[in-house]
Amino acid sequence: MKKAFPILAVLTALLLAYGTYQALVVAPTERTMGDVQRIFYYHVPSAWTAFLLFSLNFLASLQYLSGAKPSAKRVINWAVIAIAVVGAIAPYIPMVQKQLPEGLYPSSVATTAIMIAVLYFLIGKFFTERSLDVLAVTTAEVGVVFCSIVLITGPLWARPVWGIWWTWDLRLTLTLVLWLIYVSYLVLRRFSDSAQTPKLAAVLAIFGALDVPLVYFSIWFFRTQHPQPVIGGGGSIDPRMLHILLLNWLAFSCLAFLVCWLRYGLEIMQRDVHEAQALEALLGDEGLPQTSARGTSPLNKTPSRMGPA
Amino acid sequence: MSLLRSITAATLAKDIRLEWRSRDAINSMLFFSLLVVVIFSFAFDPNAEESREIAGGLIWVAFLFAAVVALNQTWARELRNQVLDAYRVSPAPATALFVAKALGNFLLVSLLEALMAPLFMIFYNLRPLGPAWQLIPVAILGTWALVVNGTFFAAMSLRTRSREIMLPLLLFPISIPAIQSMVEATRVVLSGDGSARFWIVLLLTYDVVFTTACLALFETILQAE
Repeated sequence: MKKAFPILAVLTALLLAYGTYQALVVAPTERTMGDVQRIFYYHVPSAWTAFLLFSLNFLASLQYLSGAKPSAKRVINWAVIAIAVVGAIAPYIPMVQKQLPEGLYPSSVATTAIMIAVLYFLIGKFFTERSLDVLAVTTAEVGVVFCSIVLITGPLWARPVWGIWWTWDLRLTLTLVLWLIYVSYLVLRRFSDSAQTPKLAAVLAIFGALDVPLVYFSIWFFRTQHPQPVIGGGGSIDPRMLHILLLNWLAFSCLAFLVCWLRYGLEIMQRDVHEAQALEALLGDEGLPQTSARGTSPLNKTPSRMGPA
Repeated sequence: MSLLRSITAATLAKDIRLEWRSRDAINSMLFFSLLVVVIFSFAFDPNAEESREIAGGLIWVAFLFAAVVALNQTWARELRNQVLDAYRVSPAPATALFVAKALGNFLLVSLLEALMAPLFMIFYNLRPLGPAWQLIPVAILGTWALVVNGTFFAAMSLRTRSREIMLPLLLFPISIPAIQSMVEATRVVLSGDGSARFWIVLLLTYDVVFTTACLALFETILQAE
C-alpha cells in the first residue's frame, strides 16, 4: 500500500497535466462562448467528484448507523435492495418515463440506483465501524472542497455567458444547498467533541440526504437555465470535447482519491494519538513505562498502518 | 401504546405548567418577533404595493428566528438536576419524550403566530387577495416542519460546545425547502396569483418525511452521551 501511493501520485500529476494541456490547447474552441467555455473541463469533473464524495459520505453514515442494531441493519439492507430494484425498473415504465425531467435518460437513473446499492454493500464489506466514520469525515471534507470549486468556477463562466454571476436555477440552488448542508455537517463535527460525534454526524448526514430531493422539488417548477447534462442526459457535445471531459474527470477522481487517502491516514493517526494520550492520562506516570514496554501505545509504534504518510 | 401516550401527556403537561408559571419562552419570543417586525418595517417600505409580495418572507423569517429562541430552551431545563440522564436509564420510550417536546414547542410557536399575525396584518396593511383559509394549513404544516426538526436538532446540539449557535447552523440548511414552501404559499395567497396547492403538498411531504426520520433516530440521539 505504501508503495502504491507515490506511483498513484505521479500518475495523477501526469494525468492532470495531460488533461490541462488537452483542455487548454487541444480542445476545439466553442462556437458561441469562445475560450471561456474551457472552464467546463474543470467545472463538470469537480461537480461529479463532489457528488460522488457526498454519496459516499451518505452511504458510510448509513452503514455506520445501521451497525448499531442488527435488526435495523436488516431493515436498511432490504430497503437499499428495494430502492435499487425500483430505481432500476421504474424509469422504463412508460408512465414514469414521462415524468422524468427533460433530458434525463431512464438508463442513467437505473444505473445510478444500482450503483448506489452496490457501493453501499461494498462499503459495508470493507470498512469496520470505526473506519466508516473516518471515511465519512474524509469524504465530507474533500467533497466540500470540490463543491466549492464548482461554486466558484460556475459564476466565473456564467458572468460572460449569461451576463450574471448567479441565478436561482435548479442545479445551482441544489448545489449551493448541498454545500450548506455539508458545511453545517463539518461545523457540527468541529463543535462536538464527545465520543458520540460520529453518531450525531451520521444522523445529520441522513437528514441532509433526505432534504436533497425535497429541495429538488421545491425548485423544480422554476425554469432551469443551466445547460443540460452531457452524460446520461439530453445535452449534446462534440465527441472530442467529451473525450477531454472524461479524461479530466479521471484526473480529478484520481486527485480526489489521493487527497482522501492522505486525509484518511491522517485521521486514523490522529485518533490513535488521541487514544494513546487519553490512556496515558488515565494511567498516570507509573502507567507509562508499562504500556510502552508492552508496546500497546500507538505513540511508540512505527507508522505501519498510516498508509501514505 | 397507552404507555407512550401517558408519558407524552405527562411530559407535555409538565412543560406547559412550567411555561405557564414562568412565561419565559413566550415573552421573549413575542418581544423578539415584535422587534423583528418593527426593524423590517424600517428596512422596507411597508406601505408599498410590493409589501404583499415580500410579507410572506418577512413573517416566516420572523417566526423562524423566534422559534429558535424557544427551541434553544427546550432541552436546557432537562439538563439541570440530570433529568435527561434519569430519562435515559428509565424504560420509558424515547419517542414519547420527543413527541411531547415537539408538541410543546408546536403549541408555543402556534400561540406566538396567532398573536403576531394580526399585528403583521396591521403593520403591513395586508389583505389576502387569494383564498385566506389556505393560510391555516400552511401555518400548521409550516410550524410543525420548523418545530419537529428544531426539537431534534436542539437535542443534537446539546452535545456540542456553544449549543445556542449550533441549533440555527444545523436547522436552517435542512429547513430550506420548508421555508421556501411556506414563503411561496403565503405569497401566493396574499397576492392572489396562482394556487398554493403545490406548496402545501410539498410541506406535507416534508413533514411526513422528517417526522418519520426524527422518530426513528431520536433514540440514537438521546442515548448518545
